[in-house]
Amino acid sequence: MTAQHEVRTHAINMSSVLRDKGNQNGHNETCIKVENLNLFYGEKQALYNINMEMPKKKVTAYIGPSGCGKSTLLRCINRMNDLVDSARIDGSILLDDENIYDKAVNVAALRRRVGMVFQKPNPFPKSIFENVAYGLRIQGVNDKRILEETVENALRGAALWDEMKDRLKDNALGISGGQQQRLVIARAIAIEPEVLLLDEPASALDPISTLKIEELINELKEKYTIVIVTHNMQQAARVSDFTAFMYMGELIEMGATSELFTNPVKKQTEDYITGRYG
Amino acid sequence: MMKLWFKSGSPWIWLTSAAVSASLIMVLAVLGLIAVRGTGNFWPHQVIRLIYQEEGNQPVIIIGEKVETSITPAAMAKSAGFKMADNEDALVQYLIKTGNRDVTGTDFRWIQKRNIKEQSDPADMMVVERREWGNFYGQLVEVKESGKTIATGEKAWPVVQEKIENALVVFKEINRLEKKEIGKVNFGLEKLRLKQKKLQLENRWNAATEQKMESEKADYEVEYKQYQEQLSGLYQKIRRDTLIAKTASGSLLEIPLSKVVRVYQPNAMNWLDKIRHFGIKFGEFLSEDPREANTEGGIFPAIFGTVLMVIIMSIIVTPFGVIAAVYMREYAKQGFITRLIRVAVNNLAGVPSIVYGVFGLGFFVYILGGNIDRLFFPEAAPAPVFGTPGLLWASITLALLTLPVVIVSTEEGLARIPSSIREGSLALGATKLETLWLTVLPMASPAMMTGLILAVARAAGEVAPLMLVGVVKMAPTLPLDGNFPFLHLDRKFMHLGFHIYDVGFQSPNVEAARPLVYATALLLVLIIIGLNLAAIIIRNNLREKYRALEG
Repeated sequence: MTAQHEVRTHAINMSSVLRDKGNQNGHNETCIKVENLNLFYGEKQALYNINMEMPKKKVTAYIGPSGCGKSTLLRCINRMNDLVDSARIDGSILLDDENIYDKAVNVAALRRRVGMVFQKPNPFPKSIFENVAYGLRIQGVNDKRILEETVENALRGAALWDEMKDRLKDNALGISGGQQQRLVIARAIAIEPEVLLLDEPASALDPISTLKIEELINELKEKYTIVIVTHNMQQAARVSDFTAFMYMGELIEMGATSELFTNPVKKQTEDYITGRYG
Repeated sequence: MMKLWFKSGSPWIWLTSAAVSASLIMVLAVLGLIAVRGTGNFWPHQVIRLIYQEEGNQPVIIIGEKVETSITPAAMAKSAGFKMADNEDALVQYLIKTGNRDVTGTDFRWIQKRNIKEQSDPADMMVVERREWGNFYGQLVEVKESGKTIATGEKAWPVVQEKIENALVVFKEINRLEKKEIGKVNFGLEKLRLKQKKLQLENRWNAATEQKMESEKADYEVEYKQYQEQLSGLYQKIRRDTLIAKTASGSLLEIPLSKVVRVYQPNAMNWLDKIRHFGIKFGEFLSEDPREANTEGGIFPAIFGTVLMVIIMSIIVTPFGVIAAVYMREYAKQGFITRLIRVAVNNLAGVPSIVYGVFGLGFFVYILGGNIDRLFFPEAAPAPVFGTPGLLWASITLALLTLPVVIVSTEEGLARIPSSIREGSLALGATKLETLWLTVLPMASPAMMTGLILAVARAAGEVAPLMLVGVVKMAPTLPLDGNFPFLHLDRKFMHLGFHIYDVGFQSPNVEAARPLVYATALLLVLIIIGLNLAAIIIRNNLREKYRALEG
């Protein structure tokens, strides 16, 4: 109990350190702020009192061993955990200073602001065009010109336009896994969210596709706040500005990526990134 | 050695392949039997002329078609009371279709081969298919017009062909007038009667409405008179011509051409003629109404009724089943009660169909239908409108019967859709309903079609419940016609399954009806295969379109 308490204070300290650092640099505005978040699956607690802040238009990576709660935390940010009947949450997550767990929040509208890409590519069994246009159609946009323009922009944004421009009518299930994953990213950015949540987006892909996704993330952070969950520490080091290390449902340490990887404060973090366990 | 063989597993392979072969052979045997027996009826068989002499009797002439051969071993024939000579080892008997029921009283006769003195198949043997009294077999003698002979002997044959063609045109016109035009007038008059009664019941009957109604009625009467006049003209025309034919015993019979469907001389036909005849007969079987207590003519109303009932049932059962499955899989809390309901639904599929029939009669027809009549059709009383078995109730009863298969297969389809697809849709800001409507249901549509295929296959072949809730052996009108509102859900209808039962077991003339039983059975099988094939093609297209993600 005392150990947990210590970790908690540490996490809070870290985030205040981060904020100070951001303020010093002058452009690290907070986008998402997690406050005292606890999550239970039935009787079992999966997240313990998480506190963290994620800066705007930066890439934040969650690392940690399997089952440590990093995906669960990610899914809290667009309330995907609402789909699990037994999940119960207390604490709050502020997106631009608004609590997304407030009763008045429209979950569908929230998810339009916080897009998500999953571990396995999950295109709909429709044409490539319709996949990207899906989010707009839901919003009632049926104007052909607007749709075409948006689809093109989204596909360009996901570095997929040149490959796909001649086969927009083809079934999305017929393209390669890497292309599918970029298509799913295009689908997510077509509705212009503020935040993109990426849940191990490259874990099911080959090295070249992975590289493409990573390059894409680098480009996307110009416009979006990105939170990425990854198993792969090199990937976290390559793509992220900030890294959070989680273990057993707790946030152990969070900091600028370069610092966390070179000079971790916590012994657990050091053990993990040097490969001693996990 | 044996042990090794057992160990190798080949006996098991032999056993399984034997089981498959046995099933296949049985299916092919069933289809082959009904196909051969069913279609044989339409083929023009040779008409043979026999000189037949039973012991101690004068020889007689028999004219007819050989239908069946039976061979009885001598010992059995003896014990059955036949006198057998010592050198005979079997008693061979033929079933001859002699027709001419109006002359001899029977149209089939068993004869013994040993008593046949002479057999020939003269080319001038004529078969007359008639609308009454079954077939006539004999020779054409002469053709008469208004009682005057216009052709005799060999010259008569082409004349009679031509005359019959004309008579058939007139007959069709009469049929059209009686069924369609006069049917329309009757329908209108009946509607007027009901309207008048309704107004009287509601105390809105007054001089003005009476006058209006009288004038409408008068219009119908005028129309009816016109048709009546046309009809009597046509009847005069069709009754003018007759043909005189000689029967086997040599007596002459006058057959009015108005009663003739066709005449042909099978012995004079070549292969091409026979094939043509077969095609025409089969077409008639598919497209015409039954005649003579269903033992002759076509089965069009039964085909129509079967298909229409299956379609209406599908329209009812699909949305119900899908909605129920969506609720149970997507919205209901998965717990004890949901499990209980699921078990109940599965068990519902095992309830004997006659139980559904009883339920349909007791609940739908009497309670629901009775109340509908009381509320909406008080003017029709005491005659029921919906309070009697009919197409609607039959369709609903079968929909209820097939609901479990649709629910179960739709649920399975919904369960197979990967949750990643749902999450993908929800993550784009779709609500649960939008996700269901735009992604999940289209992807589950092949499973729904599978359910529907099973439902159709079961419903089209079902007979027992239909006997209670709407099927009749002879429906005077089709449930779909040109009179508003076109689809008459309250009407009774004919059904192939019941038709088979009726023709085979309720018919006054079993021998004559037997080929029709096979032909109808063949058609029922073909229709079910057709309906299934259509549904399977649709399903495969959907499957291709909504191929789910692998793994």
